[in-house]
Amino acid sequence: MSTPTETHAHATVTSHAKVKRSTRSSWAGLGIAVPVVLFMAAAPYIIDRGFQQQLVTLFSLVVLATMWNLLAGYGGMVSVGQQAYIGIGAYGLVYLADTLGLDPFLAVPLSVIIAGLLSIPISFLAFRLVGGYFAIGTWVIAEVVKQITMQVDALGAGIGLSLTSLNELSPGRRIAYVYWLSLAAVVIAVAVTYFLMRSRLGLGFTAIRDDQVAASSLGVRVTHSKRFVFVVSAMGCALAGGMIAANTLRITPDSIYSVNFSAFMIFMVIIGGIGTIEGPIVGAIVFFALQEWLSDLGTWYLIIIGVLAIVITLFLPRGLWGLISGNGRIRLFPVGYRLVNPIERFGRHPD
Amino acid sequence: MSLLEVNGLDVHYGDFQAIYGLDLRVDEGETLAVIGANGAGKSTLLKTIAGLMRPTAGDILYEGASLTPVPSYQRVPKGISLTPEGRKIFRSLTVEENLKVGAHIKRPGPWNLQSVYEAFPLVADRRDRLGVNLSGGEQQAAAIGRALMSNPRLLLLDEVSLGLAPVVVEQIYDAIPTITGNGTTVLVVEQDVNQALKVADRVQCLLEGRTVLEGPPSSLTRDEIAAAYFGI
Amino acid sequence: MQWLNAIIQGILLGGLYALLAAGLSLMFGVMRIVNLAHGVLAMLAAYLGVVFVNNLGLPWFLALVIVVPIMAAVGYVLQWGLFNRAISKGGLAPLLVAFGLAVVLTQLLQQIFSADSRSIQIGALGTSSIQVSDTIYIGWFPLMTFVVGVLVIAGVQVFLNRAPLGRAMRATSDDPETVNLMGINNRQVYALATALAMATVGLAGMFIGTKTQFIPTYGDLVLIFAFEAVIIGGLGSLWGTLVGGIILGVAQTVGSQINPSYGLLVGNLVFLAILAFRPQGLLPKAVTT
Repeated sequence: MSTPTETHAHATVTSHAKVKRSTRSSWAGLGIAVPVVLFMAAAPYIIDRGFQQQLVTLFSLVVLATMWNLLAGYGGMVSVGQQAYIGIGAYGLVYLADTLGLDPFLAVPLSVIIAGLLSIPISFLAFRLVGGYFAIGTWVIAEVVKQITMQVDALGAGIGLSLTSLNELSPGRRIAYVYWLSLAAVVIAVAVTYFLMRSRLGLGFTAIRDDQVAASSLGVRVTHSKRFVFVVSAMGCALAGGMIAANTLRITPDSIYSVNFSAFMIFMVIIGGIGTIEGPIVGAIVFFALQEWLSDLGTWYLIIIGVLAIVITLFLPRGLWGLISGNGRIRLFPVGYRLVNPIERFGRHPD
Repeated sequence: MSLLEVNGLDVHYGDFQAIYGLDLRVDEGETLAVIGANGAGKSTLLKTIAGLMRPTAGDILYEGASLTPVPSYQRVPKGISLTPEGRKIFRSLTVEENLKVGAHIKRPGPWNLQSVYEAFPLVADRRDRLGVNLSGGEQQAAAIGRALMSNPRLLLLDEVSLGLAPVVVEQIYDAIPTITGNGTTVLVVEQDVNQALKVADRVQCLLEGRTVLEGPPSSLTRDEIAAAYFGI
Repeated sequence: MQWLNAIIQGILLGGLYALLAAGLSLMFGVMRIVNLAHGVLAMLAAYLGVVFVNNLGLPWFLALVIVVPIMAAVGYVLQWGLFNRAISKGGLAPLLVAFGLAVVLTQLLQQIFSADSRSIQIGALGTSSIQVSDTIYIGWFPLMTFVVGVLVIAGVQVFLNRAPLGRAMRATSDDPETVNLMGINNRQVYALATALAMATVGLAGMFIGTKTQFIPTYGDLVLIFAFEAVIIGGLGSLWGTLVGGIILGVAQTVGSQINPSYGLLVGNLVFLAILAFRPQGLLPKAVTT
């Protein structure tokens, strides 16, 4: 029996379909993104320090959501242990800057690299598990990293560390520098994800998501691709960890290795829309807004957001961005290929 | 009243239509063979009768009542049993456990472990073997045995001969008279026209989701059937 | 002698971990769901125990008899209301829904019972023990926990191997569509499997809530212990899960014997070592469960 897909493929070939990557809305995307980033860069001259610090929190959420989406939305790996790298990034910054006396703005990229290097052996352990067991396995690994941290006196053991080397700067400068660093981190995280997903690797992931066995027989190196994404995601989370440490100036093992970071990441990505570039950004903004708006309610905010995430998973799997973009018709950051003309509905993004 | 009546049935896979306005009836005690080439919609028809697929138009009447609102698992107690395409033997269960799962809904009737083993010696020899370790023929025989364990009134057989050696196909088809002799009505779907003609009281040939030829095997010539089968 | 004592206590602890793991293993076996809310559901059972025993003054064993069916009902409803829908969505949905449930339930328990640590009272049984030698005592309660853990593992295994419903669960695990052709509603089988799993979680929650001072987030550790027992033992083997639980328990008690703060770390490191060197587990799948 000829399957529906064969029929479609047949139909599109005979009708001279065109394949396009960019769309009009994606040029609009660039047109929006560049001025927005430039405007944001000017913010320290306009808004007060408290607001800048809040925006740094938002930026760290955007980076975390983008990295979790890279891992799960594209790589198919649900991790509940990315807090391991957040902690490594944060502790790395404080240790390298305060104890070893490196320039803090050099310590951040260095601790990102350290996190990336550590994630390689970790991936060999984690990749022995799949699906839900991979998720818990990453969590156990994060717990181990935390427990080891707590055994090291130089890292403050169970008490944690304060970041002091930024105190050489005046508070205004310090906050502005951290703000710019964080804005740059957002741009890097989004751009890296965007270009990764437009590369051969991204195409391979689309194939893996559709059919892992078939993709590997077609020469997509499934494990290599996954490992690469795992390492990139670890580095991105370490970057966010550095941002958080530079913003709050104080880290404890219980807070920086908290599994709540994983909860935040997962909820942001689900709410915004998994498997797109835009979704995690939207999700982070919505999450941040809800967090601020519901802050008087104590832990109820997490209950409300959690219920929202469950409802969205079941009834709106493309998330808010799917809703906004009309199920993928508007694409500010197109990472897939679109078949335009003649049969528009077959040209939908494959996720 | 026929035991099974299919009226104006349309079935789709997404945008692809597999069956177009199909009519079909099977009388109690009759053996109907639905034949046709790959892609004619035969398996889709059986899946729809068993409730694994939903029709997009038309209706299926069984014992005079519509099956449309009945979920697949509730069609078994009514006496409809399908041996699915690809056999679908439970891989990690032994043959005997497979048969016992088949008897999960036990309607009264002649079929039980004992009688299935008698009808299919192939199955009896392998009763303690895991499903995953069976040959294709053993799987097919076990799958038919499993479907019989519920004592169906209407047995649907999907592509019994597919991928099996001719001698094994013979063995399995040898059991069909025993099945119909016990009063079970059989609707068999086949690509192998010769086998189908041997067991059937009536033949209905499908081509691309539509009926193109129908009648008792004795009234049809080989050329007629070949023409209908290939759509020449 | 204190090392021998640590090993004995670790073995007894392993029975508890096997009890914790049975439900996780069962749900994965039947419907391939890794229930990330497993730990917090055990905490729900433990808080129910606190309510019935500490607040309402019911005898411990009566509370057990009440909590287990309540948890089974919770499982049945969760499966129909949440997990069956998530399974039909496919992909990552079941995992994400389970995770969302875990977070929401943890926070809800926090709201209702606060983050103060609690423990289910059991009276004299909690402290009485058998003296084996001068330095080794075996507590009645840990011994009882161990026995229940072994019985639950054995019971679930026998149920899956022999009972018609257990057989239907294994068939559904193999092929959830085809069982419908046998007159089996796969969603109903899933709901019953989750009910059974949650009944074991009810038992586990009562025992762990009695043994330990717990807070809502203790469920995280419960999930991790259950998971480690499953993986150490080998996926799909319930007896392996018992062995896995015992190895984890011994690793933790021996670790604590070295240094009180090493218990969890040594347990986790033993788990990672087994993952590295014997990823199929110690007793890999004999019978599909």
